[in-house]
Amino acid sequence: MVINSRFFNRSELLGFLALAALLLVILPLSLDIFRLNLVAKYLTYAFVGIGLVLCWGYGGILSLGQGVFFGLGGYCMAMYLKLEASSVANTKIQSTPGIPDFMDWNQLTSLPFFWKPFHSFPVTLLAILLVPAFFALIIGAAMFKRRVGGVYFAIITQAIAAILTILIVGQQGYTGGINGITDLRTLHGWDIRTDHAKFILYFVEVVLLFGCIVAAQFIRLTKLGRILVAMREQEDRVRFSGYSVANFKIFAFCAAAVFAAIGGAMFTLEVGFMSPSFVGIVPSIEMVIYTAVGGRMSIFGAVWGALLVNFAKTSLSESFPQLWLFGLGALFIAVVLAFPNGLSGIWADHIQPRIDRLFASRKSKSAAGMIADGAPAE
Amino acid sequence: MLVGHQPKDFLLAVSGLTVSFDGFKAVNDLSFYVEENEIRVIIGPNGAGKTTVLDLICGKTRATSGSIQFRGQELTRLRENEIVQAGVGRKFQTPSVFEDLTVFENLEISYPRGRTVFGSLTFQRDDAVKQRVEEVAEMIFLKDRLNTYADQLSHGQKQWLEIGMLLIQDPDLLMLDEPVAGMSVSERAKTAELLNRIIKDRSVLVIEHDMKFVEDIAHKVTVLHQGQILSEGTMEHVKNDPKVIEVYLGH
Repeated sequence: MVINSRFFNRSELLGFLALAALLLVILPLSLDIFRLNLVAKYLTYAFVGIGLVLCWGYGGILSLGQGVFFGLGGYCMAMYLKLEASSVANTKIQSTPGIPDFMDWNQLTSLPFFWKPFHSFPVTLLAILLVPAFFALIIGAAMFKRRVGGVYFAIITQAIAAILTILIVGQQGYTGGINGITDLRTLHGWDIRTDHAKFILYFVEVVLLFGCIVAAQFIRLTKLGRILVAMREQEDRVRFSGYSVANFKIFAFCAAAVFAAIGGAMFTLEVGFMSPSFVGIVPSIEMVIYTAVGGRMSIFGAVWGALLVNFAKTSLSESFPQLWLFGLGALFIAVVLAFPNGLSGIWADHIQPRIDRLFASRKSKSAAGMIADGAPAE
Repeated sequence: MLVGHQPKDFLLAVSGLTVSFDGFKAVNDLSFYVEENEIRVIIGPNGAGKTTVLDLICGKTRATSGSIQFRGQELTRLRENEIVQAGVGRKFQTPSVFEDLTVFENLEISYPRGRTVFGSLTFQRDDAVKQRVEEVAEMIFLKDRLNTYADQLSHGQKQWLEIGMLLIQDPDLLMLDEPVAGMSVSERAKTAELLNRIIKDRSVLVIEHDMKFVEDIAHKVTVLHQGQILSEGTMEHVKNDPKVIEVYLGH
């Protein structure tokens, strides 16, 4: 492994390898393409979770509006795909050929200006990263410079999620309305609807996910990561150590937004459409729940949380569609009350020590090494 | 009294400082001057506005009117972090350290480099940082606790850690709010020794109730009462001022 032991300590390295083995080998070999595509869909929320770990777990900024950024990323991707699917040849029965079908239904006769850049694939990729980051920058600057934080910030992000949903639904001619942007076909000429494409996209997504994990881990290990923790505890002390607390919060919020947007863009590719139902209040809160269940202090925990809760959601909602939401609520309450650090907390507090003891009884020397590894990174 | 323009050799010039909270003037038309390398102690009964004065200087509280000049720079218009960067360090009354970080990390965060977002992303823990952290850790009696999480420290050790965090900032003006409050007798003696060592080459503004401690370190004492200066001068002068004896020292 190229990654040195300082970047990932022993247990993190094991977590990384276990996750890589599961996602790259075990699941692709054992699941059919339908189920694998479902896993791909679950994993899009893992991106959001990684962002929330940085922003909420480390920085203490609870955002209940990550759906906004997930949606912005997803819509950017969907706009590109939709334009590609709306070629003049494909849309010649419309009264205005060459524009997306829903625009034609809404009596639009030309492509709105903000759709035009999405003809270009490189611009789209940039927009997926920059549009949510810019949006987060504006929200963050407006809130954090004025020292709005905690519950108030959470409520405002909720409101923004609601506003964006209403906006998308209301501006049907420009956004596709409540149905979202559907009937997406090709990415740069490559059909994304085939089983083979879904298989490839799954691996692209997993690689991107590991890229994001490494990026988040990098941020966590820099001084910035420690300042986020410091800020969560003693905001004033950070301020009086010469740091602009607002700028650090804005950074954490923007980083979380970019991670969420990558997830959103992958969601559009995996699922084949994007709609306001992934933007609003309920999905935003669900994303927080995945992170809380996985453990808001653990990057890997967030991935496991997204996988397991969504897996439970699919299996339970297949069998008991009415009960699922109650189950999710109960799960969240149980986690918050009993295991505030989520699954990763249970792992670190109960399972890891047992494994360590097992090793210790076998080889006392390697145990000493493990304790040294567990010491805080220098 | 100097009005209008102050000579440059004052490090800190507070003039006409007033702050009112819903009409209550916690600090009322306060003026005082601190010279380079001076150790000034502010004493006064509870509610005299001592902590508020420090809050005003470090930017935690915004002044209603008046001016605070630090090396000719107007502090009332700066943000807290800019005031720190100008060279003013502040210790709070209750120890405020980062409990989820180690002693080393606590000190490192206060190291005056890489204070922007980008700077902190590219910050390297090089030998200069390590050396300085170890140096300061030794001064604050925590050299063998560098990898201890701050929440494991005793109250006195946390106070020392916060003093260490200020030291590493290397401020020109150090403001300490009751640095020995809540400490055991032996910790108190050690703290006095520590403070005597760190106050060299800088100006210090201290709030303290421990008269023995004040007498030991103060160059000049300012007595506050109801947001105004009751008396100012050497400890000897202040101690014999009948007004001070009546409201503060007499009982």
